[in-house]
Amino acid sequence: MKKKILAALMVATMVMGLAACGSQPAANTPSNESNAGGNQNSTEELIKVGIINNNPNESGYRTANDKDLKAMFTEENGYLASFSYGEKNEEQVSAAQKLIQDGVDYLLLSAADTAGWDSVLKDAQDAGIRVILFDRTINADPSLYEASIVSDMNKEGQTAVDWLKKQGLSEYKIIHIQGKMGTAAQQGRSAAMDEAVKNEGWTLVNQQTGDWNADNAQQIVQSVIDSGESFNVIYAENDDMARGAVAALDKANISHGVGKDVIIMGFDCNKWALEELYKQNWNYDGQCNPFQAEYIDDIIKTLESGGTLPEKTIIMDEQGFDATEITKEDIEKYGI
Amino acid sequence: MTQSKEIKKPSSGLAARIFRQQMFIPLAALFLLALFNFIMDPSFYRISFDYNSVGNPVLSGNIISILDAGSELAILAIGMTLVTAATGGQDISVGAAIAISGSVVLRVLCGTNSRPDTLQAPIFVAILVSCVVAMLFGAFNGMLVAYFRIQPMVATLILFTAGRSIAAWINNNELPIISDPSFGVFGGFIPGIPIPTPIFIAAGCMIVIALVLRFTNLGLYVQSVGINESSSRLNGLNPAFIKFLTFVVLGLCVAVAGLIKVSRFSSINYSVVAKDIEMDAILAVALGGNALSGGKFNMKASIIGAYVIQFLATTLYKFKVQSTALPAYKAVVVILLVVLSAPKVREYLARIGKQIRQKTHVKEAG
Repeated sequence: MKKKILAALMVATMVMGLAACGSQPAANTPSNESNAGGNQNSTEELIKVGIINNNPNESGYRTANDKDLKAMFTEENGYLASFSYGEKNEEQVSAAQKLIQDGVDYLLLSAADTAGWDSVLKDAQDAGIRVILFDRTINADPSLYEASIVSDMNKEGQTAVDWLKKQGLSEYKIIHIQGKMGTAAQQGRSAAMDEAVKNEGWTLVNQQTGDWNADNAQQIVQSVIDSGESFNVIYAENDDMARGAVAALDKANISHGVGKDVIIMGFDCNKWALEELYKQNWNYDGQCNPFQAEYIDDIIKTLESGGTLPEKTIIMDEQGFDATEITKEDIEKYGI
Repeated sequence: MTQSKEIKKPSSGLAARIFRQQMFIPLAALFLLALFNFIMDPSFYRISFDYNSVGNPVLSGNIISILDAGSELAILAIGMTLVTAATGGQDISVGAAIAISGSVVLRVLCGTNSRPDTLQAPIFVAILVSCVVAMLFGAFNGMLVAYFRIQPMVATLILFTAGRSIAAWINNNELPIISDPSFGVFGGFIPGIPIPTPIFIAAGCMIVIALVLRFTNLGLYVQSVGINESSSRLNGLNPAFIKFLTFVVLGLCVAVAGLIKVSRFSSINYSVVAKDIEMDAILAVALGGNALSGGKFNMKASIIGAYVIQFLATTLYKFKVQSTALPAYKAVVVILLVVLSAPKVREYLARIGKQIRQKTHVKEAG
């Protein structure tokens, strides 16, 4: 009995499969043709860009970055874009090879890793494809790419520290919560603080890595509170860690924000963080600009019109927000 | 579970007996850390009574911090111990699974709007849904391990890789934030009670597992499957189902830990929430002196192992160890503990203890 049912099932699947085989080409051919026809007309005007990015779920920054790129590279704006994502270099390299075979005009790349890009970029160059790096630089010969659009993390840190200097506190007792050690953002944002501590005679009550994690930041600040030391500034290298620090302060009933006991500083300009700023629970938030599409668009337009770029490395404008000056519009415009 | 006591041989001395105790390693580690802190700075143990910013009475101090922050790990250690004992492998997807179950809680509470002013569903519904989801993911892992006979670490690698993306997808990649303070209770304080809620939740989980192990055969079955699968089948057990069951239990632990995690900040960060907690959970099991290859287990030892890890983390924060040196310090302590818990080393220690005892004996006699 079982065998019979099985046989019947198998026959049924085979018939279905045949039917599917028969119908598919018939249905597909006309639409394929019309697609090809339509494409041929439009591709002459459309610029083909292949975009290789990191996983958009990686962070709020990356999500905003991906959204920004998707909004810019549309057919209305004259682009035919294909997106691919990879968390690892190998995935990204194979995506790049595929895009080169597809014959894109521009390859936009945010590399997962700095090394290992020479040969694939050489292939792109040989195929006449122009490469633009965004957000992350790579260790490769600069002749292999047209431009590189980056954030200057040192400047981000410097802007923040300069702001802190201007506050003119009678003494600076700082808890410095660092990001994951060795990342570009951590190095840039820590460098400015380390420098200021040395030159201005500020006190570092504690300097510790929170690995970008709110939980760890809370524990770090908690341990300082538990040991009974006093402090009046928390310099957290991202918004999440600033939130963790604030949770610890709330628990110990230590006031924070504009005109309160402890100054709270964060980075990345998440929307919710800017709202905390607006409510004056925090004092400062430094931007790490994820909106690179406009810069890339400019570069492509310049190159298409035969122009040359004044600089290969383009540093984006980034600002810091002060809780006393931030507006609702800023939150909408700069929040990620 | 105190089966390790049965190994005692009447002939060996007190020192040997202590060294052979499975509880010896985690307790000794805990004692050493406690002693170190006491010598360096006795104020480490100071506990103060204050009011937080919303006027709730709270107890604070390093010990409270350790118990509070170690809750999630202790809860995970319960499930991880069972999985380890039954399958002889570990689940490396618990961090990612916490992201998923936390994301589910927020999704249910927020509905379609990621920044609701009021909760869109009762909290217990959200908890129930997240428990079901986490147990389903646990069941998925369990199925791969028990019925498809894939190595646990490989099977859970799937969720380890995909979990955080799934978590982000559940909330349309948005960042839900709950403003209703009633949700913060699970990771904060119950109004009027000065002890952090996670401590109660962890204690509750421990009581439940203690009762389960005391009044059901789960512990016995898990161990017999871990020790010898075929002989337990011959004795009428269904090894595949028991392995499957341990993963479902771990799923439940994940849901509870995930609830605490998201409640702490009433929000979530998919990429870093409970990052690397799977390694700490496995380490807790190892510190408890449990064989990572499965078989016998000691639940109490695992839980103490979890608190040892948190004690270490808090100690390192307290002494302001350089960020760059932090992993090195951790590594040294972990190496020491793991070496000490190796059976060979413990046998050796026991032998030395015996010799010393015999020598003193001889002297007394002479």
